[in-house]
Amino acid sequence: MIRVENLHKHFGGFHAVDGASLEIQPGSITGLIGPNGAGKTTLFNVIAGVLPPTSGRVTMAGEDITGLPPHALFHKGLLRTFQIAHEFSSMTCRENLMMVPGNQAGEQVWNTWFGRKRIADEERALRAKADEVLEFLTISHLADHKAGQVSGGQKKLLELGRTMMVDAKIVFLDEVGAGVNRTLLNTIGDAILQLNKERGYTFVVIEHDMDFIGKICNPVICMAEGKVLAEGTLAQIKANEQVIEAYLGTGLKNKDKLAEPGV
Amino acid sequence: MEFLNAFVALSNFVLIPAIAYGSQLALGALGVTLIYGILRFSNFAHGDTMAFGTMATVLITWWFQSMGVSFGPLPTALLALPFGIAVCAAFVLLTDRGIYRFYRRVKAKPIILVMASLGVMFIMNGLVRFIIGPDDQRFADGARFIVTAGEFKKMTGLSEGLALKSTQAITLVTAIVVVAALFWFLNKTRTGKSMRAYSDNEDLALLSGINPERVVMVTWLIVAGLATIAGVLYGLDKSFKPFTYFQLLLPIFASAIVGGLGNPLGAIAGGFVIAFSEVMVTYAWKKVAGYLLPEAWAPDGLVQLMSTDYKFAVSFAILLIVLLFKPTGLFKGKSV
Repeated sequence: MIRVENLHKHFGGFHAVDGASLEIQPGSITGLIGPNGAGKTTLFNVIAGVLPPTSGRVTMAGEDITGLPPHALFHKGLLRTFQIAHEFSSMTCRENLMMVPGNQAGEQVWNTWFGRKRIADEERALRAKADEVLEFLTISHLADHKAGQVSGGQKKLLELGRTMMVDAKIVFLDEVGAGVNRTLLNTIGDAILQLNKERGYTFVVIEHDMDFIGKICNPVICMAEGKVLAEGTLAQIKANEQVIEAYLGTGLKNKDKLAEPGV
Repeated sequence: MEFLNAFVALSNFVLIPAIAYGSQLALGALGVTLIYGILRFSNFAHGDTMAFGTMATVLITWWFQSMGVSFGPLPTALLALPFGIAVCAAFVLLTDRGIYRFYRRVKAKPIILVMASLGVMFIMNGLVRFIIGPDDQRFADGARFIVTAGEFKKMTGLSEGLALKSTQAITLVTAIVVVAALFWFLNKTRTGKSMRAYSDNEDLALLSGINPERVVMVTWLIVAGLATIAGVLYGLDKSFKPFTYFQLLLPIFASAIVGGLGNPLGAIAGGFVIAFSEVMVTYAWKKVAGYLLPEAWAPDGLVQLMSTDYKFAVSFAILLIVLLFKPTGLFKGKSV
């Protein structure tokens, strides 16, 4: 689905992504883990066209998409969410969702004046779809609330909802779970699994919650210092010496010692 | 009776002129605020965009007049206005393609765009003077007054007259129609919502599939329309002189900032705040005071706080006060 080849992204002398290569299989839910500053979000940003790469190539289904702007990638079915939830704060949750599909009839100046019926039909369909998505995410009651006023977790749901407004091919989720309570996280996890199964979305998920990763992701890719460290099932990753050193920490090994009385 | 006379004098010299001037400033400030909200820079070329659009309209008006086309009692300029807007829009889009787009591509800081707009300002400034000349141009025709001072006196029997110039009425009506259309557009149409979304959160707008170039283009089209309309109304009300339009930049920016940059509602409120302050501070209150105060107290002087030559000081003063005490403006725009 997505193939990243020897990707570099440098900020001055700092190599945020330093020769990462990976491949995302169609229909998979790939977990991307790694310590803070490993380059996970930068990698997302480069793939999603927010940042131009220093060097390297990104292809989607064989087509070179390196450096395409975000809105062009959107129309190819590549979507992403943000680590810190973004929203159009002065619009309602429903309007936020209705913003999503690009190239609507109402965007043509001509139609604004002479294509009123087409716009009205389209808006009605969008509205129905937005309500459906809100229902799916269990936040129907927030439809008419200003998006700037709902809670952080609900904004995360809204981010996920945004990807459901169109037929996405691949969705990059950046820490969907950050600042979200357990119950809500389970809702999000179920939603991801359901979308993957029923609509065939491919997901790439950055997450620090290992239970969450274990529940929905296979395979898992671990990054550190801008490079891909290991790839495999979560169990394999957890057993990998390098990964333990770079990310999971030696805490597991030392746990017994710490538990001794008097230490 | 004395009170009524005072009120009529006040309306004649303060309220009506300030409302007309305020509408013109509001339309100008709306253009500035839209550019600030969506393209994220202060467009110093706005005054000269107004001058350019007005110049185009004046030239077309003269051509219409020479062909004997007229608009009855209304000024021919209103007939020429759509063509003026089209010319101005084409020119503004050209500057965007040629200049601003490059800076957007390289993601330049806002201050660089501001400096670029300063350059555009000087070019437009020179171009307008080169084409139409630096002098005063009158292009208003049609009926001059709706009510003259003499008629009003005869009608009411008051000793104070109230004159309502047709250009003032046209200004107000046009401003209301334009503002209503703009707010409908921004709030109800998909393109307007895209513009608001882009202004609210650029990253998210891009990732929602909104094409930024399209939003920018529509913004420039609307701004060209607003600038030309504001300029033509100002020119009809007073006269068209390129240098005056350049000077209008200050009260227009003051209006936009007072209301809160990036907030359309604020731009309108700001326009009226500036206009009323300017007119009231520079008005000689002798007449009104003469009617209201007992005869013995009637002032000898003009009771004018400031000479009209200093009217720009009013905008400056308000600008300073707002930036010191409420930098986001009255209606909570983006902080500067």
